[in-house]
Amino acid sequence: MPAPAQRRIIFRHVDEPGYTNDLACYLRHGGYAMLRKALALAPAAIIDEVKRSGLRGRGGAGFGCGLKWTLVDRRSGKPIYLIVNADESEPGTFKDRHLIHQDPHQLIESIMITCWANGVQQAYIYIRGEFPEGARILERAIGEARAAGFVGPNIGGSNYGCEIYVHRGAGAYICGEETGLIESLEGKRPYPRIKPPFFPAVLGLYQCPTIVNNVETLCHVKHIVEIGGGEFAKIGTPNNTGTRIYCVSGHVRRPGCYEFEVGRITLGELLHEVCGGPLPGRRFKAVIPGGSSAKVLRFGDTFTLKNRDGSPRPLAVEDIPMDFDTMAACGTMGGSGGVIVMDDSVNMVEALANLNAFYAHESCGQCTPCREGSLWMKKITHRLVHGQARAEDGALLKSVADQIAGRTVCAFGEACAWPTQSFVAKFGEEFQAYPETKRSPRPEGAGALV
Amino acid sequence: MIAPPKPDLITVNVDGREIAVPKGTNVIEAARVVGVDVPFYCYHPKLSVVGNCRMCLVEIGTPAVDPVTKAPILEPTTGRQRINWNPRPQIGCGTSVTPGLHIRTNTPQIRDCREGVMEFLLINHPLDCPICDQAGECKLQEQSTGYGRGYSRFIEQKNVKPKRTQLGPRVTLDDERCILCSRCIRFCKEIANDDVLGFIDRGSYSTLTCYPGRELANNYSLNTVDICPVGALTSTDFRFKMRVWFLKQTNSLDPESSVGVNTVAWSREGVIYRITPRRHDEVNDTWMADSGRDLYKLVGRPDRLTASKVDGAAQPLEVALQTAAGILRAAAGAVAVVGSGRSSVEEQFLTARLAAALQAPAALVSRVGEGDGILLSRDRNPNVRGALVTGLIKELPAARLETLAADIDAGRIKAVVSVGEDLAAVGLAPAQLAQVTIIHLGTHASATSAAARVVIPTLLHFEKSGTFVNQQFRLQKFHRAVPGPAGATDDRTVLAALLAAAGGRPLPDDLTALWEVLATEIPALRGISFANLSDSGLLLDPTPFAALPFVEGPSLHYQPAARPPPAG
Repeated sequence: MPAPAQRRIIFRHVDEPGYTNDLACYLRHGGYAMLRKALALAPAAIIDEVKRSGLRGRGGAGFGCGLKWTLVDRRSGKPIYLIVNADESEPGTFKDRHLIHQDPHQLIESIMITCWANGVQQAYIYIRGEFPEGARILERAIGEARAAGFVGPNIGGSNYGCEIYVHRGAGAYICGEETGLIESLEGKRPYPRIKPPFFPAVLGLYQCPTIVNNVETLCHVKHIVEIGGGEFAKIGTPNNTGTRIYCVSGHVRRPGCYEFEVGRITLGELLHEVCGGPLPGRRFKAVIPGGSSAKVLRFGDTFTLKNRDGSPRPLAVEDIPMDFDTMAACGTMGGSGGVIVMDDSVNMVEALANLNAFYAHESCGQCTPCREGSLWMKKITHRLVHGQARAEDGALLKSVADQIAGRTVCAFGEACAWPTQSFVAKFGEEFQAYPETKRSPRPEGAGALV
Repeated sequence: MIAPPKPDLITVNVDGREIAVPKGTNVIEAARVVGVDVPFYCYHPKLSVVGNCRMCLVEIGTPAVDPVTKAPILEPTTGRQRINWNPRPQIGCGTSVTPGLHIRTNTPQIRDCREGVMEFLLINHPLDCPICDQAGECKLQEQSTGYGRGYSRFIEQKNVKPKRTQLGPRVTLDDERCILCSRCIRFCKEIANDDVLGFIDRGSYSTLTCYPGRELANNYSLNTVDICPVGALTSTDFRFKMRVWFLKQTNSLDPESSVGVNTVAWSREGVIYRITPRRHDEVNDTWMADSGRDLYKLVGRPDRLTASKVDGAAQPLEVALQTAAGILRAAAGAVAVVGSGRSSVEEQFLTARLAAALQAPAALVSRVGEGDGILLSRDRNPNVRGALVTGLIKELPAARLETLAADIDAGRIKAVVSVGEDLAAVGLAPAQLAQVTIIHLGTHASATSAAARVVIPTLLHFEKSGTFVNQQFRLQKFHRAVPGPAGATDDRTVLAALLAAAGGRPLPDDLTALWEVLATEIPALRGISFANLSDSGLLLDPTPFAALPFVEGPSLHYQPAARPPPAG
């Protein structure tokens, strides 16, 4: 059975020949009509539509977007802020950058609808420092939208006004964590806050109620207003509605960003048919399905889930639908949609050494388990690949990771522990045999050691 | 006294024991109430909560209720309300109690959490306890023993960081020992109002440092050393001087100002090595100023007075006292007494009785400095209020003894008894000093001790016991930490002897006996004895003195009462 075709909603005009990222082009394609439509609706009605749509966050956690909006404290009397999380730093993820570069007005229109729906009068786009071009494009697009009366005071002739500011990060992965982001936006070190009490919906930016949404999540809002939450919920699969962008990288023939209905395509279809399968002469070995923090899957493994009626549902890795819930049931996560593919040229110890180096470098250093554990794991894997492996190192790595996950201020603890836990659990024999592997010649095509 | 409003009490369950604690209490403090130790590093009761050390992880559970009817869900077997345990451990410092909250502090998961945090904290720690000043009072040592594994699995290279950074004039930092708890950063920002410390770099390479171009020089910098749970921040003064387990702790008071900061004097074999604050939640919390910690250096200063002298020649104390008695008799009716706001309540009482017996005017000298709004008040005498309570003075003292100077010039005063004050520094010219016969009780050499006919060396407050009354009218005790130098005599003994010589009703110099007199003769002190006065002190009734224009401004835990505007 051939793979389903892409369903391009937020990517409708992305990469379309002749489509440019300026306001004139956006208006020619019906731009800002949904903002006008939204301004005629009651804010609560828009929130209801988003709740009905079942839209889940595309940044990694998959939290219900409508629910997030309802949790905002509207009785405090304080201003409500919207923060657009464009700090796309999860290794293997490159969708938000594409959306910003190719269709910035789609994001801005969605931001303005979201602000109207939530009574927000100031929105911030926190964009990672390594995206100078994206920041420039957004600044220009916001300028255009402001000049045309879509951003700023009296939007579309109404009494409603809202300003958008672009804030560039300074190069830290932790700024993608929403409370770390908020600290950074306030001008401090991006130390994530403890929750409770600092839930952004109550005590967010400047201790005011704050909504933090990912770029891709927000881009959907405009389309929910267009077709209605009920229609949107029919896209994808139940509880995993809409489309999402899968960023495929690594050892496939056609890596790139692809938009599909959530859960309507399997991992196997995505990799073999959409992405053209493994490189010549290679076999798939492992895949990280939701950004580098997600637990790795080993090709050849099977999972036994349960059908609705309780009957067993065996599932090979290739058969896992690309959604939130099945991925979670298989012990990993849909995460940010960054699919990192590794073929049989990859040594898993070396791959983990690479990931551990990243997490040790990016740990903010605030809380003990992540700060010390991430560097320790890096030091162990570094030692492993540099020739001083011990047979017990795999078990030690797992034990260190177990001492981190679930015990930290923020989700970085899991993010840095899950790769180690899953690599050791699923490729334990490579960790056992690495002393020997190390002495044998490196496989053809294998990259340099980290 | 007005009783504080009753806080709302909440019943929680700690390791199976039910306790009622005030609303807003966190889990660490709630557990402390029932004697359950929840270990921590970054938490400090007087600072904001950041929850970064992760040592205080506990399991928490809430009573289960039906989501619709809100009716309690009962366990079928026990009939008790079911507890929904949170699978993720939570930090005790950042978790406030809620009604019915269940807390487990000693489960396999929690023990594993603590072992994990201990191991993580130690892998890059230099483990240089044998040369570390903190050894013996180090949280890392204590909790490693209590909650660690006892062995290390770490075979990699440890991180290397700066070993002896001078953060400021009084604080030395060893970054390798630092566990990045951020207590010092929060202290500077929240208490000292001097946001000067921060971390640079990331992850395990994070390093504590001062902001560029700044230094940790504020007058509260040494509190960072006190609250540092490890040996990272050390006092440059105390560094490498003495092992803390050899030191005797004596409860004392900071005599720098009328705040009455509670302190501990740490001594060994009659030598004080350091002064640290002692917690008092209504006076100084857990803080004190750096300036007060230096005062122990007065003890061993070379200009200490150590021999009784008559006309500049050393004489036994008895001779000095006899000479003094002779002077007082000869000058009867023309004697003035200068007391001190640095004397204890007991000494001021004796001074007042001495002045009364001599029918001499008594004066006190004020010391007014800048108040810092924290723990240094404008009144730099620790015990002006004691002089009011004991009746030594009726009005607030002036900075200079102008009346006494005029009386000397007019020949009305022939002899002056100076109890611990240098008359030359407070308004008497050399000619005036030469004109009168001076009996001087003092600790250090001064122009007055040089000019005095009789000099009797007395004790610093570290060397004797007594009480002060602070700006809140709180009567507080201090205790003798070290013996005085040979040749010096307790002020009380000298004053009691002078009182007897002056023909007054004899009073005992012994504290217990003297307090029996104080408790009967001073209405404000009725019913108090020195032994029964607790180290947290006792608030006296300030209303008899409410009209006096005290000089203090607001400081930590003290707000001067609003006074009616002056008449006219």
